[in-house]
Amino acid sequence: MTAALRFDPIRLPSECEQLRKEVRAFLAEEIAAGTFDPHQPNREDTDAPEFSRRVGERGWLGMTWPKKYGGHERSFLERYVVTEEMRVANAPTRRFFVADRQSGPVLLKYAPEHIKMEILPRICRGEICFAIGMSEPNSGSDLFAAKTRATKTDGGYLINGTKIWTSSAHIADYMIAIFRTSPPTKENRRHGLTQFLVKMKQPGIQVNPIGQITGQYEFNEVVFTDHFIPDDYVLGEIDGAWKQATSELAYERSGPERFLETYYVLTELVRAVGNNPDTRSAEGIGRLVAQVHTMRRMSVSVAGMLQAGKEPVVEASIVKDIGTIWEQQLPHRVRELAAFVEETAGNRETLEKQLDFAIKTAPKLTIQGGTTEVLRGIIARGLGLR
Amino acid sequence: MSWDWHANFKSGNAVAESENIVAETAEKIFADLADAQTINRDQKGKWKAPLWQALTDAGLPLAWVPEDYGGSGASLAEGFSVLSAAGRFAVAVPLAETMLAGWLLAQAKITSPGGEMTVVPASPKDRITINADGSLSGRARGVPFAKVAKYFAVLASDAKGDFSVALVDAGKCRIESGLNLGGDPSDVVTLDKVEPVAIKPAPIGFDQARLMLMGGVARSLQIAGALESMLEISVRYSNERVAFEKKISKFQAVQHNLARLAGESAAALAAATSAADAIANATGFNDEVFLEAVAAKIRCSEAAEKGGGIAHQVHGAIGFTIEHILHRYSLRALAWRDDFGSESYWAVELGKLVAQRGADELWPLVASR
Repeated sequence: MTAALRFDPIRLPSECEQLRKEVRAFLAEEIAAGTFDPHQPNREDTDAPEFSRRVGERGWLGMTWPKKYGGHERSFLERYVVTEEMRVANAPTRRFFVADRQSGPVLLKYAPEHIKMEILPRICRGEICFAIGMSEPNSGSDLFAAKTRATKTDGGYLINGTKIWTSSAHIADYMIAIFRTSPPTKENRRHGLTQFLVKMKQPGIQVNPIGQITGQYEFNEVVFTDHFIPDDYVLGEIDGAWKQATSELAYERSGPERFLETYYVLTELVRAVGNNPDTRSAEGIGRLVAQVHTMRRMSVSVAGMLQAGKEPVVEASIVKDIGTIWEQQLPHRVRELAAFVEETAGNRETLEKQLDFAIKTAPKLTIQGGTTEVLRGIIARGLGLR
Repeated sequence: MSWDWHANFKSGNAVAESENIVAETAEKIFADLADAQTINRDQKGKWKAPLWQALTDAGLPLAWVPEDYGGSGASLAEGFSVLSAAGRFAVAVPLAETMLAGWLLAQAKITSPGGEMTVVPASPKDRITINADGSLSGRARGVPFAKVAKYFAVLASDAKGDFSVALVDAGKCRIESGLNLGGDPSDVVTLDKVEPVAIKPAPIGFDQARLMLMGGVARSLQIAGALESMLEISVRYSNERVAFEKKISKFQAVQHNLARLAGESAAALAAATSAADAIANATGFNDEVFLEAVAAKIRCSEAAEKGGGIAHQVHGAIGFTIEHILHRYSLRALAWRDDFGSESYWAVELGKLVAQRGADELWPLVASR
């Protein structure tokens, strides 16, 4: 075995407690003002531009980034608190979440200075939305099979091809995508892809909505036809995207969004069951709470190790593997227990609506952002099996 | 001063350095004298006496007893790290039990005698009562290592429900021998008007649930340790065993099973070390500490089933033999689920607590630290 797994018992530092109170108070105000309904995760329109700006005004976007780019130089653990409180409240974070979690950090690392100065402060203000252009009709988990071409031309590149399953592309202002700049080599099939910043809503980009089984339209097909991208929108090394893709994954894989996506059904079940549960309900709830507690401890532990400058790549993949399976199973376990809820329970209808939505959501949870199979391959490599 | 986890003798802040030294001492003793392969071949149990002697010389069985009461005065964190190591070696001597017994006696400022001890009761459903004449009566099932213990640390309650801690001579109790799944003693202990060697009131706030939670966290650490070892030996075996002309570690189905075992091992480790840390740094008892302790027992017990099952699957028939060491870890991990309240028992208790607090108080509980 390469190395023992580590899950240090990290606690959130005291500055997080004040922050948590502020976030809860802010969300309570937003709920009272009618910005969103925390009991309705399935609402039609989760794009809330004004809400995004108010989150930015609070200083909760780009929290860990340098101040000169509009960031706030706070810790990953503080960002963790904001993320989990928003998630549990079912706040409409779609507009800023991707930019804050991963697009911003990629720009910080690979974009030219003038691009950083132009775009990062706007993310921090909650003004702009990002999409991620990875999957294509014939390349999903196998990222390095991407075929959409970037052909060199005067002052930039011409893009031709199609990205698919692209969440939020219909509202996004920018996308970070990988395009093929060279063919793969015999020695390295990962060679030849380059990471680009794409300005959306420009000529040569057509966004076609794709409906999902939940009834939502988050997915899109994005078709590029001779779309021009200037040279300074290249992010990092030409042909070398494969070297850049892996380092940020630990942040992306281990956050609270990886086990709390369907958490709301557990809260609603507890409400429906009431204060005096029968033995079956009590045991069922107890086991589910023990799981969510354990998942959170694992996730906080990885966040703390990242903050301390460690690289818990295998641990982060484990968090996403078992976290997403847990959040996928949760609505089914809650459904089993809900069968025993009294007809008279006041929130019975809310619970049933939530269950319908969560059960429809469940299949995607172990696919998005790295499938279970890909994650287990990474874990197996970490164990010295590959 | 009200009761706290530290028996009022040493503050909780874990001293990382010394914690490592105590754990390293334990690891070295286990590696030298409790090697799984050697133990597994020794049918007569000749390894037990030298191991116990070495542990005693190092002050480990009474790690949680202050020096004034006959122990070595280690911190809770140091003691927990010893239990993790004991789990990694699936140690089959009453080390955890003697540590818990010493900790319980120290709660009431009773000096620990030398030798093996265990705690009575070891299940949340059994009760030992204090009779009007001061003697003790009651029946406790599933008491680990009762048969080899010289003394019992007993938690008993009187007619008013007030708890006392007693030191009881094992020879004065009736013991019906039994074995747990791992083949270690798990006995029924009956006290029939037994006169204790010493008895003192438990500190205010201490009750049987506190004892069961402390025992449960000890077992959680042991289970997590056993799973770490099961992962290690399963990975090693998969890199050695050849089938269909290649190492079985090269089959994706096997890789994914081992990744799942890593996940179960990781979940157990995270839950158990978090609970241990919570108790080591707690000044009293509250819902947050309760959640940490019971969640660890529930999650580690579930991991023992799922993880142990995968370890056996990877090993195939060889892992099902007495000659192979896998059962030392897999069966003990399963057996430890039953001590100090099973996962289903604690899940009911946790579910009741969550329901009483109400739906909107669940997330604040989970996100409290």
